[in-house]
Amino acid sequence: MNGVHDLGGMHGFGPVVREENEPVFHEEWERRMFALQMIARRPYNVDELRRTIERMEPARYLAASYYERWLYAVESLLIEKGILRREEIEAAAEKIRVGKAAQAPAPGSAPTANGGLESKPAPWLAKSARPGGAVKLRFDPSFKAGFKTGQRVMARNINPEGHTRIPRYARGHRGVIRHDWGVFVFPDTHAHGQGANPEHCYSVEFTARELWGEEHPKNERVLVDLWESYLEAERITAADGSERAGSKKAAVTQRRARASKGRAAVSARMKKAPAKARLARVGAAKAKGAPAGKSAKRARRTR
Amino acid sequence: MSDHDDHDEHNAPESGPALRVKALESVLVEKGIVDAAELDELIDTYEHKVGPRIGARVVARAWVDPAYKRRLIANAPAATAELGIAAGPQGENLMVIENTPRVHNMVVCTLCSCYPWPVLGLPPVWYKSAPYRSRAVSDPRGVLRDFGLEIPAEVEIRVWDSSSEMRFMVLPMRPAGTENLSEEELAALVTRDSMIGTGIVKYPAGAAAPSGE
Repeated sequence: MNGVHDLGGMHGFGPVVREENEPVFHEEWERRMFALQMIARRPYNVDELRRTIERMEPARYLAASYYERWLYAVESLLIEKGILRREEIEAAAEKIRVGKAAQAPAPGSAPTANGGLESKPAPWLAKSARPGGAVKLRFDPSFKAGFKTGQRVMARNINPEGHTRIPRYARGHRGVIRHDWGVFVFPDTHAHGQGANPEHCYSVEFTARELWGEEHPKNERVLVDLWESYLEAERITAADGSERAGSKKAAVTQRRARASKGRAAVSARMKKAPAKARLARVGAAKAKGAPAGKSAKRARRTR
Repeated sequence: MSDHDDHDEHNAPESGPALRVKALESVLVEKGIVDAAELDELIDTYEHKVGPRIGARVVARAWVDPAYKRRLIANAPAATAELGIAAGPQGENLMVIENTPRVHNMVVCTLCSCYPWPVLGLPPVWYKSAPYRSRAVSDPRGVLRDFGLEIPAEVEIRVWDSSSEMRFMVLPMRPAGTENLSEEELAALVTRDSMIGTGIVKYPAGAAAPSGE
């Protein structure tokens, strides 16, 4: 989603302020929150965690500290997954506030003095003996790769309403594949319970001038990790399978055309489509000739 | 949180996130979902055992052993395992990128706060902050100036945005004049910031750059 979390390139936040001799945690509750998230994350995956943080109301996101965002996300996810109810947290907070005797309760079989705190088994615990967050994220690299190192690509101009890991500042820009990191879970679906859909993820190098304009230094580059579905070849594949970079002149012309068109038309188009059809939309965009992504990958495999 | 937070202050030392986290923990403990001792152990690990001294050991080894450096750059998880460093969360897919006289690398996560925990520990607040995340990709030299670091104009800057499950650590340049130092002495010079790319390693230590921890 085009959320406030997608900060790359924004202005106005001021200088980076460094704290001398910074402690690992600043408050006791940050210690506890860190550990709670690490353990309690068993029923959800890291992409769901990120998706939930990104859905915070923007002003609240910016005002919140890192561990406050974790608190928000863990509460929301555990409630969403039916592990606990909001009233249970409210009741426990009330109990701590009013009762001096209410220390942290003994683990496990502690009798529930409060009627709202009925213990119930956590069914996912038994099934999943794996440590927190150990959802498989990386897959067999023998999956077919759609792009190769050195190839010129373009980050697609997509604006998904759901979770995505393509930063706004990279969209619509041209770069070069520098590394193929192998095969990873696709965050856009993994964050929404729509499956792992593993695919290749690449390190794509963009020049600062391509991303930010001609007045930027020539010798600055940004490398962004982008999944195959976020990319399209800058130029069509020749019949013999060989790739050739598009001419510089053509690239500049296209860039100008894109810039003049603006983003309004795109966002209007995206708004019209229902949220459920998000991925279908990605597919539809591909049908225009971009050989990236799942449908194209399938086509390549059947060749 | 309920609306009457301000009552009973003498009885209620906690409010805001502190109270909320305590409540969340008590519910999860009561349900048998988390175990307080397990929490304590995790906190101890990340507060006292995992941290940038681990990354500094890796850097020092790479400086003294060119074959190790090659292995580290080719396959960082295997090379760090050689030194007995466990992969752990946020480090399964580690990549080490080398600074040279011609290229200075720095690492950011513009979308959240991805960071190589097993070698650097948990990230500092500035790494997770909006100023760093917003400007590192568009004004890296300006950000480095915030750190008191001026990279010569002829040196290329490469910014790595950690948008996937890959985690990056910078292998800083070994400072001149350190030929006779032991591996341990070298490791002591290496700062956290130099392994993020917002600092360089100085000799003698503390010469000018901020220390890193």
